Amino acid sequence: MSVLSVKDLHVSVETEEGSKHILKGVNLTINQGEIHAIMGPNGSGKSTLAYTIAGHPKYHVESGSVTLDGKEVLDMSIDERARAGLFLAMQYPVEIPGVKVADFLRTAKTALSGEAPALRPWIKEVNSSMKALRMDKTFADRNVNEGFSGGEKKRNEILQLELLKPTFAILDETDSGLDVDALKIVSEGVNRARENTGLGLLLITHYTRILRYIKPDFVHVFVDGRVAEQGGPELADRLENEGYDRFLTDTSVA
Amino acid sequence: MTVVTPEQHGLKAHSDGGWDAEDKNFVPVQTRSGRPKSFEHSDFAPVTGIEADWKLTPVKLIKPLLDDALDGSAYTFTTDAPAGVTVEWIARDDKRIASAGAPEERASANAWTSFEQALAITVTSEEHVTLRISRADLGNTARGAHTVITARPHSNSTIIVESSGDALLSENVEVVVEEGASLNFVSVQDWNDEAIHLASHFVQVGRDATLKHTVISLGGKVVRVNPAVHLSGEGADGELYGLYFADEGQHLEQRVYMHHKAAHTRGRVNYKGALQGAGARTVWVGDVLIGRDGAGTDSYEQNRNLVLTEGTRADSIPNLEIETGDIQGAGHASATGRFDDEQLFYLQARGISEAEARRLVVIGFLSEIVQKVGDEQLEARLHSAIESELEGSKA
Repeated sequence: MSVLSVKDLHVSVETEEGSKHILKGVNLTINQGEIHAIMGPNGSGKSTLAYTIAGHPKYHVESGSVTLDGKEVLDMSIDERARAGLFLAMQYPVEIPGVKVADFLRTAKTALSGEAPALRPWIKEVNSSMKALRMDKTFADRNVNEGFSGGEKKRNEILQLELLKPTFAILDETDSGLDVDALKIVSEGVNRARENTGLGLLLITHYTRILRYIKPDFVHVFVDGRVAEQGGPELADRLENEGYDRFLTDTSVA
Repeated sequence: MTVVTPEQHGLKAHSDGGWDAEDKNFVPVQTRSGRPKSFEHSDFAPVTGIEADWKLTPVKLIKPLLDDALDGSAYTFTTDAPAGVTVEWIARDDKRIASAGAPEERASANAWTSFEQALAITVTSEEHVTLRISRADLGNTARGAHTVITARPHSNSTIIVESSGDALLSENVEVVVEEGASLNFVSVQDWNDEAIHLASHFVQVGRDATLKHTVISLGGKVVRVNPAVHLSGEGADGELYGLYFADEGQHLEQRVYMHHKAAHTRGRVNYKGALQGAGARTVWVGDVLIGRDGAGTDSYEQNRNLVLTEGTRADSIPNLEIETGDIQGAGHASATGRFDDEQLFYLQARGISEAEARRLVVIGFLSEIVQKVGDEQLEARLHSAIESELEGSKA
């Protein structure tokens, strides 16, 4: 069984006002097959954690480690991390003009598995995943994310999650901006991927509503760059009723 | 009263304004349509290189085309003309000559004065037909050439002119798209490394006619293609596309002029370029003029440049003149930049290597234009040409 482990992670980012310390000692262990929800107010560093694990160059690791089955992820390039089995579903997926979805998926699959997938079964798999996510067939011929609505971009992320079959996936606010129907479709896709591949999930969200459809095993409350509290699914229910005020009053004094 | 002198504000004489002209009543050209025109080489003063029209061009390298006598004889080309299209050499006094425009600069006028016969392409077919013309043997002598393309009323065609090999060429291309006709014209410049090519395209688009005009410049030391398109009939539609890829030491220039002369015309201009290697140089100037009679005009122009390495220079100058208030829309955009790091991150986060991600982004960037070409055979060739340009960067 694979384990993704974050230990005492400190991360800063360059801003116009200078270097800003965002993650202040994050500790987190996810076993394959588990679903962890990371919840927290805006600006608490949730997305920074996601992008640091994925290797975005904007974030500077000051200290700490991220290991996947004992191997240091922070030493890997962005694409090596993906090939090691990590996946990040982005909150704002970028448009890639001139690159068709079908070509992109096949290139990514080829890069991950080291060889081009056999054409016929691959096309069949792509089509059935697209159908399950209620994506029109014409999506395959469109340029990646170009002119996609917010909901279409999120579905395209989950399509990749299903097809690329990572060991661990981080979903960065995949629920934001989705109406309830789209939220259900996307959640079903995530659950399907988990059933099929047994991946571990790190679900980053501001709201509790996606947790109605994707049931977390653990909930971590993120405040001011570190995990302030953790517990089981009941913690999410408590946050739903009380909001983050209880945590914010502590930090706003600082 | 306080006297305000230019010195107080650090004003300097404008380089192209003729401030130091002998004649103190000198007034610079006020509008794009007001430039002097002539068919006579001698009517244009020798080029110094500081003129607005020439200051971004390596004038020293094109001297013979500006000043010397040019060989204006017929040249060899290959073609396989389909039914409904004629290709022939015609004499200077043919009435098709000068039906679309007149030179506005010295190299263009030199070609006009010099050509002995013009290559005439006439399309009558109402069913869509494709004509390919290939020129590969122009040689190293300074040449002047002339082409007249006439798309007869309601005809429908794609005309692709591909140029390769050596060249020291100044030429004029006249294009007349008559009432209700549809013409997809593609000019591909894939010359040898030392070739020098200056071209002026004069285009008239008639009532309810549609023109798609694409300039693709890949090979050549200096390639300067200046299309001037007049949407002169009501409801005329013009789409002008360009794709260029400048390598080390290459100068690729295009000065595009879209003139919304009649009412209810629609114009789109989209040029995209990539630059790589020391001294790779591109120039794009996009002039759009919406004339007094251009009511209901819908116009947009843009230029995008992708800089792949250090040591390149891309000039991008959009100009928009509007002489009527009654238009539907007019806009312009220009951007020159390096790789979008977010695009690379996205692709790499899916396991794609950095080199492959860069390749995908460049090809994707340029393929927006390739996809417009509307000819599968040429599109496939352009894709592989772009691939080999990119591979050249690794060598």
